[in-house]
Amino acid sequence: MTMLGDALIAALGTDARFEPGQCPSSVICCTVSREKFAEAARAMKKSYALLAAEWAVDESAFGRGFSVYACYRWGREYLIVRSGLPADDPQFPSITKRYLPAYRFERQMHSLMGVVPAGHPDLRPWIKFEDWPRDVYPLRKSFDPSKPMQRIKGEYQWSRAEGEGVYEIPVGPVHAGIIEPGHFRFQAVGEMVINLEERLGYVHKGIEKRFEALSWKDGARLAGRVSGDTTVAHGIAYCIALESMTGCSVPLRAHWIRALLLERERIANHLGDIGAICNDAAFAFMLYQLSRLRELLLRTNHRLFGHRLTMDRVIPGGVSVDIDVSGRAEIQAELAEISRDFEKLVTVYDESSSLEDRVRDTGVLKPEKARELCVVGIVARASGMNLDCRIFNPFPPYDEYDRLELDVPVKVTGDVHARAWVRVEEVRESIRIIRYILENMPEGPISTECGLPSPEATGFSAVEGWRGEIIYWLQAGPKGEINRCMVRDPSSVNWLGLEQAIPGNIVPDFPLCNKSFNQSYSGHDL
Amino acid sequence: MTGGPILTEFLQIMLLLGAAPLFIGWVRTLKCWAQSRDTAGVFQPYRDLARLFTKDVVLAENASWIFRFTPYLVFGTAILAGGIVPMLSTDLPLGLSADVIVLVGLFAISRFFTALAGMDIGTAFGGMGSSREMMVASLAEPAMLMAIFTVSLADKSTSLSHIAEVAFSSQALLKPSLAFAFLAFVLITLAETGRIPVDNPSTHLELTMLHEAMILEYSGRHLALIEWAGMMKLFLFMALGSALFFPWGIDKSGDLSGILLAGGLLTIKLGVAGVVLVLIETGLAKMRLFRLTEFLGSAFLMATLGMLSFFILE
Repeated sequence: MTMLGDALIAALGTDARFEPGQCPSSVICCTVSREKFAEAARAMKKSYALLAAEWAVDESAFGRGFSVYACYRWGREYLIVRSGLPADDPQFPSITKRYLPAYRFERQMHSLMGVVPAGHPDLRPWIKFEDWPRDVYPLRKSFDPSKPMQRIKGEYQWSRAEGEGVYEIPVGPVHAGIIEPGHFRFQAVGEMVINLEERLGYVHKGIEKRFEALSWKDGARLAGRVSGDTTVAHGIAYCIALESMTGCSVPLRAHWIRALLLERERIANHLGDIGAICNDAAFAFMLYQLSRLRELLLRTNHRLFGHRLTMDRVIPGGVSVDIDVSGRAEIQAELAEISRDFEKLVTVYDESSSLEDRVRDTGVLKPEKARELCVVGIVARASGMNLDCRIFNPFPPYDEYDRLELDVPVKVTGDVHARAWVRVEEVRESIRIIRYILENMPEGPISTECGLPSPEATGFSAVEGWRGEIIYWLQAGPKGEINRCMVRDPSSVNWLGLEQAIPGNIVPDFPLCNKSFNQSYSGHDL
Repeated sequence: MTGGPILTEFLQIMLLLGAAPLFIGWVRTLKCWAQSRDTAGVFQPYRDLARLFTKDVVLAENASWIFRFTPYLVFGTAILAGGIVPMLSTDLPLGLSADVIVLVGLFAISRFFTALAGMDIGTAFGGMGSSREMMVASLAEPAMLMAIFTVSLADKSTSLSHIAEVAFSSQALLKPSLAFAFLAFVLITLAETGRIPVDNPSTHLELTMLHEAMILEYSGRHLALIEWAGMMKLFLFMALGSALFFPWGIDKSGDLSGILLAGGLLTIKLGVAGVVLVLIETGLAKMRLFRLTEFLGSAFLMATLGMLSFFILE
């Protein structure tokens, strides 16, 4: 038994039933009655587990009502707690008081699925728009997505701050730069921010609903479009979850090529981010130089793999592109150039005192707060949390410890500099990993037939994208179709981290802090 | 051959209007080179202005006359200032009636109205920008006056033409008081003209803006006038620096050949000033907003030191 499973048994005794059918076998799914849902969360909190995701499923296709799921992570273990809810009374006890990230997960479940978290402090709609009818829940099976949504008059209730000298600055949802839409509302006294409220959902595209109308194979293409800059990692996450359900054994070489694409995606995005962070402090030189390096990498991608971001190159059962000897030489030459110039630029960053003055002690997310918010990825590693799916929940080929070993940077200051520096060290590490992959990649086929999952099977995967841990949870319906595809982009939890890191900073430092988090709007809004 | 002082005055203002966009184009080109980028050419600012002038003005519904009047006022004061600062010749009719304190006053009027216009339409960014601009002004203006007083003490006049003439003819060019005043002047120029490390003229991030935040709501010819006036302000500060601290070659008699020589020398001086400006801007990140007090405080300190050293050493 696992540590989290034992803790659950110890707390709930025979109330906890282990569910068969959850793939892969390393992930445990456990059913508890809905009254015990919050108690299970308490038991998990006592075992120092973190909340990875919480979601709801309409299981009317199985002749049941709804189910709510909460996924907990501790070290390398994942444990999913499930509770069934009757269709006519979809209430369950909220776990927001135990786990802060549930605050938004539950608002989202309430808005889109219509399940009611009892005891939740704030049930304003999240992602769902205020001018959508109250009783329309897009994720329910009874909702017909082909019809246009009716509009009603509604208004979003913002949290308010009052007092002498308090003023509000609404920013967005349309921004001046070429970025995605999101609304930020600052309450400030002078230049000091006393509260920031985010309002997202402007790029809600109904992706989770859309999955349910697609075949398993097309699902991989949609997963690659959840967040364009993370297309490889989302593709891999979806495919691993699917492959675990079908029992497909992916050829070793395919895994290595996936890792190659994943690390290249990480480098490309980190290069862009480090430059953008410097640019927001008006240090444009770094942006232009790092963009040049990023462009080099993307062009090589285009030449070798036929797509700059390598979209749709990861497919269920393997990959669709191979790499030959000349391609290997090309990447090695490109990496030599990138690595050489990158080190020079890092020196510029490191030795520029005026830049240093901006990035240090700005936008601090303290380690204890980061832990409370269960943030993941770069944000977590900059705030002292040693988390990385490549190490703690190794998916192939990272699971072969003696073959693909990696060293993950962890900083404890939690400021803009820490998040930039984690990226710098990850670029170095990824360059090293790619070189290793190119040298040691096994020969063999690059894909195999994936097959279809058996009805009512569920699959789970966690993959370390460049932003952090991406979680997919797939459920096959009674006929073997996609009944539910839950996507948890790192942004779903990390946006809350930004909101909590801002108060106490001054207004003009917000863009810099925001850039250092650089979360995806699309991946969050789905 | 001699042209009248009125003609000189006219020439100066034409030069200011015509060459200010060129100077900013030069600075941007240099900046591109410094960052190994392709450039849009030194004439891009002219194209930008022409584009803005052909566009319609989009006016907020609740904009009052202040908002509509401000661009013309800002543009007008910039031209007036161009009549006072000796760029080509010290023989300026306007220079006799207005001294350097009037010049600082002109900049203050234009800033005051821009800040009012920023608050006029009632957007959050406008008010934010106005408050920041006023914070900068409250620190920069005393420092500016202090620096100029130091120079005028050394040259025994507050008339810019007179200062330039005396400075040109005096043999002791390396006075310690002037060196301090010059350092202060450089810091103030960066703050007054909204350059890095004080403000970032090329940012799109509203929350970080100082000057730009106030004029975010302007469009069309209004924006063109404000942008043009901004270019003239930068040009004027450079010309003012050259008149106060490096007045070599400025014509005294209104002689046409002298004016041509002065124009040539001014070009060289501004070319070098552009290089220095770009080196500062490329090498530094923008300061945190509240570091500005230290930055402008040190400008004030330099100017004060200049004044002290004048009484002690000279």
